[in-house]
Amino acid sequence: MAPDTNPEKEKIGVYVCHCGTNIAGIVDVEDVATWAGEELKDRGVVVARDYKFMCSSLGQELIENDIQELGLTRVVVAACSPHLHEQTFRNASAKGGLNPYLCELVSIREQVSWVHTDKKAATLKSKAIVSGGVERVIHHEPLEPLHVPIHPASLVVGGGIAGIQSALELADAGYPVYLVEREPSIGGHMAQFDKTFPTLDCSACILTPKMVSVGSHPNITMLTWSEVERVDGYVGNFTVTIRKKARYVNEELCTGCGICQEKCPKKIIDTVYEAGLGYRKAIYTPFPQAVPKYPVLDRPNCTYFQKGTCKACEKFCPTGAIDFTQEDELITVQVGNVILATGYDLFDARRVSQYGYGRLANVFTSLEFERLSNAAGPTNGNIVLRDGVTVPKSVGIIHCVGSRDRNFNNYCSVICCMQGLKFAHLVHERTGATVYNFYIDMRTAYKSYDEFYQRVLEEGTLFVRGKVAEVTDAARLPGEEGKLIIQVEDTLVGKQRRIPVDMVVLSSGLEPRHDAKDVAHLFGISCSSDGWLIEKHPKLDPVATMTEGIFIAGCVQGPKDIPTSVSQGAAASARILGRIQQGEIALEPVRASVDEAKCSGCRICNDLCPFSAILFHEDRMVSEINPALCQGCGTCVAACPAGAISGTGFSNEQILSQIEGLLMLNLEHPLVAELA
Amino acid sequence: MSESFEPVIIGFTCNWCSYRAADLAGTARVKYPPNIRLIRLMCSGRLDPTFVFKALAGGADGVMITGCHPGECHYIEQNYKALRRYLLLRRTLEGMGIERERVKLVWASAAEGVKLAEEITKFVEEIRVLGPLNWPKWPQPNGHHIEEKAKVEEVPA
Repeated sequence: MAPDTNPEKEKIGVYVCHCGTNIAGIVDVEDVATWAGEELKDRGVVVARDYKFMCSSLGQELIENDIQELGLTRVVVAACSPHLHEQTFRNASAKGGLNPYLCELVSIREQVSWVHTDKKAATLKSKAIVSGGVERVIHHEPLEPLHVPIHPASLVVGGGIAGIQSALELADAGYPVYLVEREPSIGGHMAQFDKTFPTLDCSACILTPKMVSVGSHPNITMLTWSEVERVDGYVGNFTVTIRKKARYVNEELCTGCGICQEKCPKKIIDTVYEAGLGYRKAIYTPFPQAVPKYPVLDRPNCTYFQKGTCKACEKFCPTGAIDFTQEDELITVQVGNVILATGYDLFDARRVSQYGYGRLANVFTSLEFERLSNAAGPTNGNIVLRDGVTVPKSVGIIHCVGSRDRNFNNYCSVICCMQGLKFAHLVHERTGATVYNFYIDMRTAYKSYDEFYQRVLEEGTLFVRGKVAEVTDAARLPGEEGKLIIQVEDTLVGKQRRIPVDMVVLSSGLEPRHDAKDVAHLFGISCSSDGWLIEKHPKLDPVATMTEGIFIAGCVQGPKDIPTSVSQGAAASARILGRIQQGEIALEPVRASVDEAKCSGCRICNDLCPFSAILFHEDRMVSEINPALCQGCGTCVAACPAGAISGTGFSNEQILSQIEGLLMLNLEHPLVAELA
Repeated sequence: MSESFEPVIIGFTCNWCSYRAADLAGTARVKYPPNIRLIRLMCSGRLDPTFVFKALAGGADGVMITGCHPGECHYIEQNYKALRRYLLLRRTLEGMGIERERVKLVWASAAEGVKLAEEITKFVEEIRVLGPLNWPKWPQPNGHHIEEKAKVEEVPA
């Protein structure tokens, strides 16, 4: 019925995969293969086979042998998503001596067997999909991958532990790194912690050496108090514009002596580093071990900038480093790859109003508790109530605040169980108070974590299994006056309990950064429905993203603890190092090109290209596409009224034929009759 | 044809978002009706309106166009161009006597497997209500088109 679109009489091989029972359980794969062999014979199918696992080496050999023995010129594999195994089957085709781009993988697993339940309909749809693939593959052209050179420098966004690790790995391998951090110092959340579970290492003791290495590394250009504004280009060659905010301190002259901070008369509550429990000055370094050592002048809070007089910092600075005229600087850098390690925001515990944070003085967030227990914190490590002196006699630690809760976040924040146990241990050790942990489930996976749980159990911490209903100061029973009462159902006993305590610590969950979406947009990647950045593959490629050259590490990808963040940082760097050492990367040859003979010079395509890849030759009155700038979206191909633009890999012929194939116009049996 | 009319729908998906949403729906074993057959494009901006005409002329009862949410296009802003074409396309189709509801544009990010499945389910039902696409019987240059449709109409609905 369809016109003969296969005049060359290509020899096509069709391979239908069982994928164990993943496909074969719903789709009659043998029927699909037999059908393709018989009904698509006049379309050029010379062999159609089904096999248990096409991706296995034996499955791939089937393709290789057929190419060599039957002289196949095209291959269609009906199996899983091309995002999983396209490369596998292209490689198999290449091994057999066929140009890899003459192989088409169509999905009958993700798009058929896993989403449909009716076996008859699923088998018919699989046939349609195979037919679409056969029609499409006839129009495939032999292609060569595009080779793009990789710039040896990399950009790391975020100077927390994941970003620090990434930067160090790259720099130690001898390649330049730009590390951008929006706060005045690198260090991230880890710099705020006192101890790290499960070993109770002092957080600063293990982090500071790494921060110092970053600061002094000859290959690392550290840009703190800076933010990425613009990203242009593509893998191998990004042009990144970074706004270096005015510090009002000349970094060349500043010695980091700290006299300006001493002399500054303006005291401000530090809501970032001290979590609102301590103070900083208007000119400040967030903490003594900050890297770099140069302070930042906080313009909205500076007396001179607000009232026009003061300049105490300038007066006392021994090197004349204070510069009130400094302005934001825009820095442009060239990099080949990017690692995003922008971390997380702590869940705002105010949102769980029944736990009273912000209303009841002695309810603390986990970050506040970290600062309380930190020897360098506002209380010098003394765990005390909000009044700053009273040591609590009993402390309740509430787990899963904002996590595993349909009202807030469905996901588990991973770190809060261990964090709660760490807090319990610290309270025990430092105050001897009675500690209650209120948990839904204890999750202490990973190395030495459960041992730590056992240790805390043995120390005498009390565990109550149940989600806390309320924290209140309304005393009802004797002994409750002046206390915070935790109302909870103890689900192991099956009883409602009221437990009076002096202090409540909320083990809050982690949330994506409030501006994670903007960051994702800036770098051309996407967020999951929870707001975490999406990795290329959740299991097999957790540090790459869908956009070539953009990698993710640490909590930006989802909640995780320090060891995992460090591993991801290193892993992302390893991926980049591999590329830098190759010197280039092979990209899909999906690009558009203009047939000058057909181009009428209407210039409709010129304005459609967001990458300015199309230039117009005034002399010849034709448009031309620069393949180095073209990203292969195909918008110009679709727009050209003369049909002068063609897109490799997704040409009009390929798509139109695939439509025909999917609708099975080439079949004698009308579709409707099949379905009846 | 049996009692219930089973529409055939062609779906165009974007390589970066909705094709991945379809993959995700598969991995998560979310169910939707088998009436839709998907085609992968690199971007919804690649959608030439000819593809839609081709699908409808070739026997599809509906066409679903899917792409990244506004502001999330992998190619910066090409989904807006798809949107512009879609609006124009629906008017053109209506001018040809085809219900504009037969073509639908859906935004689905790579994370929205469930949403895509729901949209497909909904669209299949909408097309089922509209019934089979009957092209107006104007003369065809090759005559072959009318013959084909006549064959379909012989079957009691």
